Amino acid sequence: MNIRTNARRAGAVIAFAAGTSLVLAGCAGGGSGDGASTGATEFSVLVTNENTQTGQLFDILKENQCATEEKALPYTLSQTPSADMQSKIQLLSGQDALPVFYAGTQSLVKPGGDLEKAGQVLDLRQTFDDLGVLDQVTPAAQSVIEQLYDGAFPTIPLQFNIEGIFYNKKIFADNNIEIPTTLDELTEAADKLKAAGVTPIVASGKTGWTISRWLGAMIYSELGPDALSKVASGDAKLTDPEYVKVAQQLQDLGPDFIDGITNLDYDTMNAQMLNGDAAMMYMGTWFLANVNNPDQNKVGDDIGFFQFPGIDGYPANVGSPNVINAKLYNDGVGGWLSCIAKNWGSEALKTQGSFSGFVVNDPVADLPPLTADIQDKISKAPGSVLWFEGLFTPKANADSSANAAPLLTGAMSAEDFMGLIQGDLDSGQ
Amino acid sequence: MKHVLGNKKAIAVLLLPALLIYLGVMVVPAIWSFVLSFMDGSPVVGFEFVGLKNFEHLFSDKEALNALLFTLKYAIIISVGQILLGYALALLYTFVLRKSSTFIRTMVFFPVVLPTVAIALLFGKLFSVSPQEGPINSIIGLFGAPAVDWFATGENAFIVIVIMDLWRSMGFFAILLYAGLIEIPEEILDSARIDGAGGLRLVWNIVVPVSLPVLMATIIFSLNSSLKVFDSILALNNGGPGSATTPLNLLMYKTAFTYGDFGYGSTLALVITVVCLAATLLVFRSSRRDLTKG
Repeated sequence: MNIRTNARRAGAVIAFAAGTSLVLAGCAGGGSGDGASTGATEFSVLVTNENTQTGQLFDILKENQCATEEKALPYTLSQTPSADMQSKIQLLSGQDALPVFYAGTQSLVKPGGDLEKAGQVLDLRQTFDDLGVLDQVTPAAQSVIEQLYDGAFPTIPLQFNIEGIFYNKKIFADNNIEIPTTLDELTEAADKLKAAGVTPIVASGKTGWTISRWLGAMIYSELGPDALSKVASGDAKLTDPEYVKVAQQLQDLGPDFIDGITNLDYDTMNAQMLNGDAAMMYMGTWFLANVNNPDQNKVGDDIGFFQFPGIDGYPANVGSPNVINAKLYNDGVGGWLSCIAKNWGSEALKTQGSFSGFVVNDPVADLPPLTADIQDKISKAPGSVLWFEGLFTPKANADSSANAAPLLTGAMSAEDFMGLIQGDLDSGQ
Repeated sequence: MKHVLGNKKAIAVLLLPALLIYLGVMVVPAIWSFVLSFMDGSPVVGFEFVGLKNFEHLFSDKEALNALLFTLKYAIIISVGQILLGYALALLYTFVLRKSSTFIRTMVFFPVVLPTVAIALLFGKLFSVSPQEGPINSIIGLFGAPAVDWFATGENAFIVIVIMDLWRSMGFFAILLYAGLIEIPEEILDSARIDGAGGLRLVWNIVVPVSLPVLMATIIFSLNSSLKVFDSILALNNGGPGSATTPLNLLMYKTAFTYGDFGYGSTLALVITVVCLAATLLVFRSSRRDLTKG
């Protein structure tokens, strides 16, 4: 009797365990989806919620220039908040369920990154070359991508931004200030504006990279264009005296930044510049979308742009990584990539006044003056460098952003700031 | 009904669906999180067993130690504040305002139903220094003092966090304790009054001991929620400046989901669980003491 009872209990336990396993297995992703063997059945795109430009341009392309590709492989868009993107990508990848086109993160898609190792990152140099459209990618964009990804080409350059200082021409003229050409002149100009009761520089402590980019630019200005690549390769450390000295210079410039910078958010920062309440702001050329929006820009053509003093060229980037899932690549995806390469540059400039890493095949007339000026500057730029965190690990990136405001306000010393970031880099986090 | 509940199979059938759901959404993730704390890797390339490596890292991680100390400081101050303010309000409702307390109770409870992000934005503006001075700095200015950048230092930011979290939660704890106070039989209070007890003596000798069970439940609730603080700080200042006001929960979130280190993130989650468990057991043990024996 006991034996029978025990057997029945054991059977029940096994059945329960098996049932639970089935439930859990049902929750988990399949190891290899259909897409993996047959290629894409739709041109599925996953970008962040904050990225409104990409979806808008795809909508235009699918109706017009890429209508044939759309018919062969219909375009679909899904979005997720940028804060959740990395974990979503990792989970989708683990289930072999990544879409065709996804917004990856740099550390995952670079050579040796998890997604690259898992074979879910398409080599776009080879692909564009095979499709005969590699010449549609500007040399400047190719150079930035290669610097950023150890010589690889894993991202579609839907954006190409240079960074520098946006300034208020009227405030400069009212205070008899010329565009600074050295770091000392920049400091003098800021001090003069402060004395005149104007906010010389605006940045956002909540979006700390708007401050740490100053540090990167000052490092290039003082130590040369290879200063940060030396840190990435281990030939120099951020804790070396010359690097700490530059961080101290930024801290010394701190009083010229807007008061209460620590909790100032990104939108308020932009509004300060666009309302004419601040004289200077370090930013990338994606800010043109705000400048060209009359609802936001209250000072019209009074906003200008100049190169950060002392840098030969501009810090440049190609936006967040836009990756093609190698496992889903087929002729339909290739068709879309050809169409994007040939048309994205012109359409982005025409529709949004923004720059991409693709050649502009249909010149756009009647560009706003600042947009035209920056387009000219990009075409004449002698070269480009990466931004401060360009080669950093995710933790170094986050710590740099979180501690930039304390560095600026003096709540954290220059030594401690550089030591923290170097510690992150040393630990590989 | 008695027949049904006397049948073990019937009980199993009734309980099984709830148990399965609990198993799926609570027990399995908790066990998986515990297992992950001994692993390293990611969902993309898989996880590998690394033994106690994450725990070794934990004991040498200054950031985790700072987050733990901040969490304990926050939990103690907030819990004391929530209980004292909540109890004071409950006494006010019960013994002073009595039946006319409905409006005040509703007003004080109102912040509880507001979204945390909205409250964080509100307090960010209240204590701001630029682009416009907030009301707090304007009041400070009336006394001739310079404006304070409340979010520039960890000490000042902590003051704002404490004020904000007490303001948004005291109404909830007041209602919780009020529910206990109104259950005290009027005869006991009348007897005490006849014996000459009144005011603070009545509260200390009669009201507090009689309402002790609900007070203990409130302390456990308060401690556990404050040890797991996350959303209010994330929305107000993201644990800044730097990591000066980063609690363990926020550090765990950043470690797992921003830095992609799921193994170490799970280790931090385990620490939070242990701390919450220890705090709860401590309160339970102290509440078992026989108060009549002094």
